[in-house]
This record gives sequence, structure tokens and C-alpha cells, in this order.
Amino acid sequence: MNQNSCFELESYDVAVIGAGHAGVEAALASARLGAKTILFTLSLDCIANMPCNPSIGGTAKGHLVREIDALGGEMGKAADATFLQSRMLNRGKGPAVYSLRVQSDRRAYHLYMKKKVEEQENLWVKQDEVKDILFDENNAVKQVMTRTGALYSVKAAIICTGTYQRGKIYIGDASYDSGPDNLLPSVGLTDSLKDKGITIRRFKTGTPSRIHRRSIDFDRLEKQDGDEDIVPMSFETKGELKNQVSCYIAYTNEKTHQVIRDNIGRSPMYSGKIEGVGPRYCPSIEDKIMRFADKPRHQLFVEPMGLDTDEMYLQGFSSSMPEDVQMKFLHTVKGLEHAEVMRLAYAIEYDCDDPQELYATLQFKHFPGLYGAGQFNGTSGYEEAAAQGLIAGINAVRTIRGEEPIVMERSDSYIGTLIDDLVTKGCSDPYRMMTSRSEYRLVLRQDNADERMTPIGYKVGLISKERYDRFCSKMSYIADEMARLETTTVAPSAALNEMLVSRETSEIKSGVHLADLLRRPQIHYADLRPFDLNRPEFPTDLEVEIAEEAEIKIKYAGYIEKQQSAINQMKKLEKKMLPENIDYSQINGLCLEAREKLNKVRPLSVGQASRISGVSPADVSMLLIWLQQYHQGNGGVE
Amino acid sequence: MKETIAAIATPQAVGGISVIRISGDEAFLIAGKIFKSVSGKIPAKMKGYTASYGAVVDIDSQVLDHGVLTVFRAPHSYTGEDTVEISCHGGLLITKEILRTVLNAGARIASPGEFTKRAFLNGKMDLTQAEAVSDLIASGSKQAMKISGEQVQGSLYRRIQGVRQTLLSLTGHLAVWADYPEEDIEEVEAETIMQQLNGVKSDLKKLLSDYDTGCMLKNGVNTAIVGKPNVGKSTLMNLLARREKSIVTDIPGTTRDVVEDTIVLQDVVLNLSDTAGIRETEDVVESFGVQRAVEKINTAQLILVLFDNSRPLSDEDFSIIERLKDKPAIAIVNKSDLTSMLDVEKLRSEFERVITISAQDEDSFDVVSKAVSEVLKLEEIDPAMGMLANERQYACVNEAYRAVCEASIILGEGMTYDAVTVVLEEALQSLLELTGERATEEVVNQVFSNFCVGK
Repeated sequence: MNQNSCFELESYDVAVIGAGHAGVEAALASARLGAKTILFTLSLDCIANMPCNPSIGGTAKGHLVREIDALGGEMGKAADATFLQSRMLNRGKGPAVYSLRVQSDRRAYHLYMKKKVEEQENLWVKQDEVKDILFDENNAVKQVMTRTGALYSVKAAIICTGTYQRGKIYIGDASYDSGPDNLLPSVGLTDSLKDKGITIRRFKTGTPSRIHRRSIDFDRLEKQDGDEDIVPMSFETKGELKNQVSCYIAYTNEKTHQVIRDNIGRSPMYSGKIEGVGPRYCPSIEDKIMRFADKPRHQLFVEPMGLDTDEMYLQGFSSSMPEDVQMKFLHTVKGLEHAEVMRLAYAIEYDCDDPQELYATLQFKHFPGLYGAGQFNGTSGYEEAAAQGLIAGINAVRTIRGEEPIVMERSDSYIGTLIDDLVTKGCSDPYRMMTSRSEYRLVLRQDNADERMTPIGYKVGLISKERYDRFCSKMSYIADEMARLETTTVAPSAALNEMLVSRETSEIKSGVHLADLLRRPQIHYADLRPFDLNRPEFPTDLEVEIAEEAEIKIKYAGYIEKQQSAINQMKKLEKKMLPENIDYSQINGLCLEAREKLNKVRPLSVGQASRISGVSPADVSMLLIWLQQYHQGNGGVE
Repeated sequence: MKETIAAIATPQAVGGISVIRISGDEAFLIAGKIFKSVSGKIPAKMKGYTASYGAVVDIDSQVLDHGVLTVFRAPHSYTGEDTVEISCHGGLLITKEILRTVLNAGARIASPGEFTKRAFLNGKMDLTQAEAVSDLIASGSKQAMKISGEQVQGSLYRRIQGVRQTLLSLTGHLAVWADYPEEDIEEVEAETIMQQLNGVKSDLKKLLSDYDTGCMLKNGVNTAIVGKPNVGKSTLMNLLARREKSIVTDIPGTTRDVVEDTIVLQDVVLNLSDTAGIRETEDVVESFGVQRAVEKINTAQLILVLFDNSRPLSDEDFSIIERLKDKPAIAIVNKSDLTSMLDVEKLRSEFERVITISAQDEDSFDVVSKAVSEVLKLEEIDPAMGMLANERQYACVNEAYRAVCEASIILGEGMTYDAVTVVLEEALQSLLELTGERATEEVVNQVFSNFCVGK
């Protein structure tokens, strides 16, 4: 870097590097909390771009969006404002796994978010590339420098570079430096971070091709429509919502598989050209076919990219095969025989950090004021990115102000589970959120995200007093209704017993509480309406939510209590804070592996330590004993 | 994870008295469920450092033993927590049985050194003792590692691995079905899950019962000889022991307490108890003997019940038959040399196994011995088959068994799969504790290695 060409410009509290889904949430949170914030993006025309699937939500990801919304983030509202089709996935499989997903209008989503950041007070958006982060003598963030040599003094910097950092696209034998969607990659920052000793790793992901609507034979595909009753992503969205498009399902067949098998040597992943670690959950079509050779067909979804474009996205066809092979196997699929490819499928390699070098606040352990969020932290997915951006944004501001940063917990949210998994266990391939990753999933439901998150959002300052009051009144409606159901008796009657029998559950012989009937898996709140003569009127916009909450909480009470007691146990360990600067290699009785892992991860609490793989229950006991000794040795303070 | 812990506090050997210690927030609550004091006191209401005499009962209110319960109130106990100690009669088997009852009532088995660890963490010890506590925990965990190290090669590991694999593939399938609803994943039918759960249930049950059988073979089978007075119990005892130990007379009620002996019958050791004849009696000494006989029945692993071939079944016989319902018993029709007046068919309908002997005849030994070995299913025990090594492993497997049973019940009730999966993961977690793995991680790995999912 030629220092002579540098010049100092404005000072800010927080610099956010990258305006994807993580960066936008980070910048909005920071500015909304009153911090003077600058948001850097390589292109103003690609703020909150969706370079992969044009959709928000899905299993566990839908949970994340609801949590982001309930904390005061923007993603849920943006999704509601720009969706084309909405579906609640997993209906019938149980409330823990209900998941909302919308198909989005990709350009509309981008424009919505661009306008949001433009309108935001305290937020300056700048098209420029940050090449360097400068630190003071305590390794605290001091300045960021752009490609043109402009220096901005900042108190915190949040890195949200996504897949842009030294991005490289692979299509068969061809490869070139590029960000997603053929945008410019960012190049400078990696060296600046490496110089400071920050670990940089290489991950890989991929995206399928986009094809022209006119070239698809829709009659030969299965149609898939949205829900009739649409549940919005945001707790704040009210009023009627409408689906505007259909999606379609197609299938691969033996011919498709044959083309891929014949050409597998030409895949850069199989030929060893790509060194980056790809995601297990999101394999390319060639991966699927090679790894699961006995599967006769794979499902593909044909999804519109927006209302004012004819581009269609092909979910399930991610590939890094050469162009001729892509065309060949695409044309084997029924309904896609004449598909015109507008954007080719590609694999992309990019730089990311090792999240085990971060605290659960998302700040780097050794670099005060430096935060990482999104794909840069090794995750994948817009929702995972947004969740981290929001938390990093909040904590950057709180730390600058000398306030205690917030740490989301596994027991309060998927956001907490995501971050804890990242910083405690690390990730060796791009991390995707799944409901199976949460041991408390009957407590962490998408329907009660507001109950879990909104009090935190209010405390932090992202939820207005008005919204918080509305939330509190909803909660008290629910509590009152549950109490009423638990104490209101219904007498046996021919009509009631007929309904019970028709639901394949037993008749009642004497009066029972309404709640007792609701505890039966087959009986729902709506079923009881004719027999529940004093059911109160609720505000129309809350009716559905109150009924749903009351029913779930009564029906699943036993499991919820059980998980709650497991949570309480874990919280005891979570409260045993481990002092900074422990040398774990000096603690007697810890096994060798535990010493190494603990020294690397440097957990904040014994609870976090207990989740590190390689730390056994006996090691946890040792830590507790060591901690007791430590406190006794320090004058008995605990 | 349950936070109230329990363990046998006395050495694992036969002694006069054994002590079971329960420590933690729910110690009084748990003790209250399994201890019925003679004076009606309940542990939660007792003052610290006071004791109470009473009966230890199992879930069905069956009396297991009598003993003394002592209450220690936090912080005035060894661990510094609410603690209960139950002193009972010293048999290994009965002590284990009581411990299991305590665990079923809501406690968790203590890890090595855990009482001492808690004592230390609650400030009951000074710093110099910390080292000793660390050593204790370290040696406990080393021992556990050694066991698991041996087991990786061993047959027990393979047996558990089988169950683990079934549970893992089931939870993995349910997880992928929930997390990838849009993929072409085969729907999981309740019936299929139920079938697999039944398989798992019976495998776990077998592991548990094999452990019990193994212990039984190692420590001897507690065998009670029962029957109405003068039916020939002492003669049978003497036949099996092949010497005169019981006082044999023709006067009903001669055996007034329990006479015990250990005998070897082919491959198996029987801890024989010759009980007083069970009958209503006003003789104080004898009635005490009768009460002990009833207790023996409740804790026996095998009961030899005698009937008199020369007399029809009496009310006394019927009341004995009633008491033995669902117990592992062999009906022995004695005095085959006399004219039969007995309804043997009735006995056959009540007992799994009925044999006819004359206890005075030496050859009867083989007849009894064969029946015992069949009823105990000794030929099914393969010594090469892996066995659970200790009560801790038993507790893990038992917890897994409990959770699998719960899962199949709620599945049958029509509960949604999200709840079923959570309970199955509990089962998996208990099983994985044997090998130190974590359930959620294993399930996620299962999803990726066995299913083709993703965009």
C-alpha cells in the first residue's frame, strides 16, 4: 500500500464492510441504535442481492427470520413486502418444525432494502471497496482504508464480505476471479487480516442455472401453489397477503445421471481444481449423483426470479460442470428439453474466517472492535447471514458505548444456537441452520419468536415502546385464555362426543376441562368452538395467533416443561463464568485434548466449555473444581 | 439431566448394612416416594439429623426391605445439599434394587467422586482437599475410558452399536424429513417407526435382563422356598443342600424364621431361603417369620412353591398362588409317593412350570435342577455375548429404554413427530453417554451421510 496517496476523511462509529444480507442488518441496527454508521458496498445496485435462490425462509431459516423480526431486524418486513408466493412448510409435522418460506421478487427485495438503508438516519451508504483495516497499539480497530486511499476513523468494523472476498468462479475447466453474479470480487482485505494473524480459510458454494420462461414446457411439470391462508414473516405485517405466482417441480432421470457420470472427470471438484470445502447440505447435482448412486431421480424446483423478468431459477441443479455438459444434462429433464440457459450454474470459492476466533458477541477475541458476520463466518444462507449481522451491529454499538454486549443463547433462539455452534464447535464446511441442530426445538418455535426475542429487542432499543406494548397485550391475552381453558368445564353431549369420535378419540362420560380435550393430539382449538360457549372475542389481528399459542402451549406442556428444566440446568453452568487468560494447559486433571481445545476456543462459561467436542463430563467437573479453587484463592468471591 | 444424584455409599460387598445416599434439591421428594415410615413421617417434613424407621417400597408399593432413613438438611450434610441416607439390610441385590427404585423415582446415578465434588463446590472442604477430589474424578474417568476402550473391541460395544444405529437412523430419517420437506424423502410411517421401536425396546430389554441374569449368576439367584405349613419345604431345602439344616418335623410351623443356604445346582448358584409356612397365625414369633417370608417372596428372583400331592388345594394354597402372580415360580408337587388328591391341572393353569417329586427321594434333585435351569433360561445365556459391566451402564440403558417406551406410547396416541423425535433423542443421548458422544451432533451427521438433500 502506498501510504503517500492516503488521505483522511470523515469519522464514524461503525463501518460495515459489505451490504449483503448480513451487512444490511448490521448497518440498520447500528444506525437505528443511534451510532454514526457507514455501509460500504462494491455496488449500490446489488445491495441485499440474492445471488442464489430467490427465496427467504424455509426450515429453521424461517425461524431465524421470525427471530430477526422480533428483535427489531428488517428481513421479515422486506420478505413480506416483496414476496411472490408463501408457504408454511411442515404443517402436520408438529409446531416445532413449522417453517415459513416465501418466494421473493429478487429485484424488488434489493430495491426495498436499498431504499431502507438510504432512508435511515445516521446511516451513510458508500460504493467503495475496503482494502485495509488499521489497528491501534492495543489491536483495537482504528481506521478502515478504501481502494482510493480514503481513510475513515472508526470505533468498530463489521466484516460482511460474503462470497466476494477473493471470489473465484468455476465452470468446468474455465475459472476466473469474480464475485457472485459476475460482480467484482474484493481482494485487498484478506492480506490485511492475515497480517494480523487472523486465520483465513477457503470455502466453496454453488448455484444452479437460470433459464428463460418461454423455453419451459410447463404442461410437463408439476405445479406448486402457495398457501391459501398466508402467515406473514413479520409479527408487524397485518392485512391481506396474496400469492402472485406458481412454482413447478421437475425430476432428473437415468439419462440425466448418465450424462453426469460420463463427464464427471470434467467437474473441477472431481478433478481436484477446487480446493475449497463445499457444503454438505447443499451438494451440487454431480455430488448427489456420485454419492447417492442408487437414487433413481432427484427433485428440481423451477422458481420465478421476479414479476418483471422471465428468468427462472432451477433449485436442485447446482453444478460446476462445463457449459456443454450443463446444457446436455439439463435437456434430459422432462419439460426442460428446450431450456435456454440465461445464467450458467457455477461453483464459487471465497475467503472466510474461522469463527472459533470470535466471541459469541461476534467480536474477534484478540481485536477489540473487529466483528465478523455472515458467510465470512463460514455460514451459508441469507437468513443465517442476516441473523449474525443484526447481532454484530447491536454489539458493536453496545461495546462502543461501554454497555454489556448481548449474547444470544441456545436456549432462547436459533440465532443463539447458530452463533454458539459457530464459535464453540466451529465449522468445517458452510453451516446451514436446521431444526435438528437445536436440542430445545419444542421451546424455540417460529410461532413464539416474539415471546422469546421481543423483550430483548426492546431492552436493546430496536423495538419501539408502542410495539412492545402491543406484544405485552398479546401475551396477556394468551395467558388469560390458557387459564380460562384450564378452568372451564364442558359437559358431555351427543354433539361433542360425535365430534370426538369423528376425530378418532374417545368419548367423554363426565364433564372435563376444555384444556383436557385440547391436550389430545387429534383435537384443535377450532374444533371446540361450538362447545365453548363463553369463548371471548379477541382483536381480529391477533385472533389466529392467540388461538395457536394457547393450543400449542397446552398440548405440548409436558415436553415444553421438560425442555425448560434441561434449559435451567444448562443455565447454571452458563452462569459459571471462566476468567479470561486461563492457561488451560496448566489445569491438572484435564485431558490433553480438552486442554488444547479449551485454549483454542477460550469459552466464556463452563456451559460453553461443556459443548466443545473433546471436553468430557469429567473435564467439566475439573473445570468446576478449578474455578472453585480460583475463587477461594481470590478471597472467596463467586 | 436430573440433578439429584444417588449411589450406594457402602462398599460393594455383602455386609450387615448398606447405605444408599441421595443428594440434591429433590432428595426429600424422591425419598418420600420410596420410603414409607412406620410413624407416618415424611422426609420433607423431618428435621435435619433425625431418623425414621420404615419400609422401602417400589413403584407398585411392594415392600423391598425395611430400614432407617436419616435426613440431613442443607448445608449441614456431607455434600452441603439436602441429603437422605437410607440404611438397609446388606444384601448386594436388595441394595441395587433399592438404588434402581431411587433412580426410577427421579434421581440420577452419581458419577465417580460426584458427592465429594459437590461437597467441594459447596465449600464443605478446604483447598488442600481439592487435589484429592480431582484425583478421584480422574481415576473414575480413566477407569471408564479403560472400560470403553476394551469395549470398542468387545461384544458389548457391538450389541449397543446395533441399537444405537437403529435409533440413529430413525432419528436421522425423522430429522431429514422435518428439515428437508421439499426433498424427495420417503415419508416415515408411524407403523414403521413403531416396528423399529419395538425392536429397539426388546434389544434394550434384553440387555437389561441379561445384566440381571449375569449378576444373578455371579452373585447367586435369590430363591425362596414357600408353601403352606408341613408341605415339605425343609425337606426340599435339605434335598437341595444335601444335608440336614432345617429342622424337619411333622408339626406345622416348625420353621419360624427364614433359614438360608447357598447351594450349587449344575451351573447356577442358588441363595436358598426356606421360609416359614405362610398362614394366619397368632404366635408372635411365627407371625414375624410369616412377614419375613412375604418379603422374601417380593424380592426373590426365583420361587419354588410346594404343594402337597396328598391333599386337595386349600385356601392357604390359593392365597399363596395369589401372592405369586407374575413372579418367576416353579410349582413343585411334593409327596408323589402318596395317593394324589391334588388338582394338578389347576396348578398348570397358574404356573409356567409344574413338576412332581418326592423330596425324600434323592433322584428328585435332578428334576428340580432341570426345571430351575429351564425357568431361568440359562441355556439362552451365551457367555461370549456382551454384557453391561456395572450399574452405571445399566442406568444409562434403562433410561434409554424408558424413553423409547415413552416414544412408542405417544406415537400410538397420535402425537406429532416433533415431540416423538425429541423423546427419541433423549433415548439416544442416554445410550451415547456410554460412549461419550452427543446426540444432536450425531443426528446431524446422520442426515448428511445418509440422505441426499439440498438445493
